[in-house]
Amino acid sequence: MLTKRLIVCLDVRNGKVTKGVKFKENVDLGDPVEMGSKYYREGVDELVFYDIMASAEKRPIDIAMVRAVARKVFIPFSVGGGIRNLDDMREVLLAGAEKVSVNSLAVQNPDIIRQGARAFGNQCIVLGMDAKKTDLPGLASGYEVFVQGGRKAMGIDAIAWAKQAVTLGAGEICVNSIDADGTKDGYEINLTRMIADAVDVPVIASGGAGTPDHLVDVFKNGGADAGLVASMVHYGTYAIPAIKAGLSAAGIPVRAAI
Amino acid sequence: MNADVVIIDYGIGNLFSVRRAFEHCGADVLVTSDPEILSAAPRLVLPGVGAFADGMRGLIDRGLDGVVKAYADSGRPLLGICLGMQMLASTSEEFGEHAGLGIIPGRVASIPRNDPEGKPYKVPHVGWADLRSRAYETDWHGSILDGLKPGDAIYLTHSFAVNPSNPAHLLAYCEYNGAEVTSAIRNRNVYGVQFHPEKSGPVGLKIIANFAKAV
Repeated sequence: MLTKRLIVCLDVRNGKVTKGVKFKENVDLGDPVEMGSKYYREGVDELVFYDIMASAEKRPIDIAMVRAVARKVFIPFSVGGGIRNLDDMREVLLAGAEKVSVNSLAVQNPDIIRQGARAFGNQCIVLGMDAKKTDLPGLASGYEVFVQGGRKAMGIDAIAWAKQAVTLGAGEICVNSIDADGTKDGYEINLTRMIADAVDVPVIASGGAGTPDHLVDVFKNGGADAGLVASMVHYGTYAIPAIKAGLSAAGIPVRAAI
Repeated sequence: MNADVVIIDYGIGNLFSVRRAFEHCGADVLVTSDPEILSAAPRLVLPGVGAFADGMRGLIDRGLDGVVKAYADSGRPLLGICLGMQMLASTSEEFGEHAGLGIIPGRVASIPRNDPEGKPYKVPHVGWADLRSRAYETDWHGSILDGLKPGDAIYLTHSFAVNPSNPAHLLAYCEYNGAEVTSAIRNRNVYGVQFHPEKSGPVGLKIIANFAKAV
């Protein structure tokens, strides 16, 4: 049986891990390579590095950082933010990342998902989707897709976009709720459930995790295959082994922490 | 040759991670597509991700299919990882019928895609799963899985798997929605793993170290 995955998300800005609330008010927390290898040693299942300003600043991803992570971390990690084309994907994967995450780029040019899946395999292509509740008519799910780190509304329905991305070849979807991001009030169960029911690829829940119970909730009620955490581990509130122990005690199958 | 382990470069896959994992375990590693160096290697690794036909074409175009087959006959340790494992088999049905290297008799087929009621499973099979075996005390001893125990988790991501013709070649499997899916095979000196030992944390590094030093 596949275990439910615990993934730590490291947002990187100016070479430092940073964390905000609802995509704002960021504070710097530390070195991404050191933090990533610490979480690896504690038994996290996967890591995600987002170069959160690369896209807005129109510059490529920090490949030296990717390579430095791959030298120390022997679990899968994905890299996102600032992927502009197939060559960028190739460079990130050859530097040791297991997957690339596309977000803004894929919304603007959906065919990049098809091209990436064809060149590297579906398992390499993760669609990162930032979604926010909306009252806009015509968006049947009630959730709208945003790009550029939550700064730009696209008028696209979240579920329709998830389905299209999977048809094009996305191997996983990371569903990030802008409303829940950094609040530590729990994942957006409704949004996660709708996406998980709509697609037949693994779904990663993101945004809002504050306690191990929030992960239990999104695994049991949100249909998620993996849960992304950031604030709850970055500030030292919870350590990876304690989160896994909590999941295990609640009957969620997890890979044993070290 | 100074290298302990030689990794076959045939234009496919992420060789950096595999190389780094061996180096982490103290092995001197060489990555090359030179047939002479590959043939003389003390230990050989066939890595790979992607589609079966592309992988075989990568080997054949470089004249390396015969090199790998001859190496398997030499008795020295050979390890296929992910697609590299699948290419050890006789045939694959991924995107049409394709011939493999035929080093470990068997067929590469899709993992189960629907439950008994026809509801689709999530494919690819991505994540951490437990290694299992009915006879691990005998089968794993002295193999690349020496020192591990059933329940140790490995990371895999795949939609196809090897079904070995000879059940004795099955070294370990994973359970996926009630079905047994091959995760490691062995025919004498030749090993194949469906999972990524280089991405499977301390358990994976143990397997890498076993291959580099012990088998």
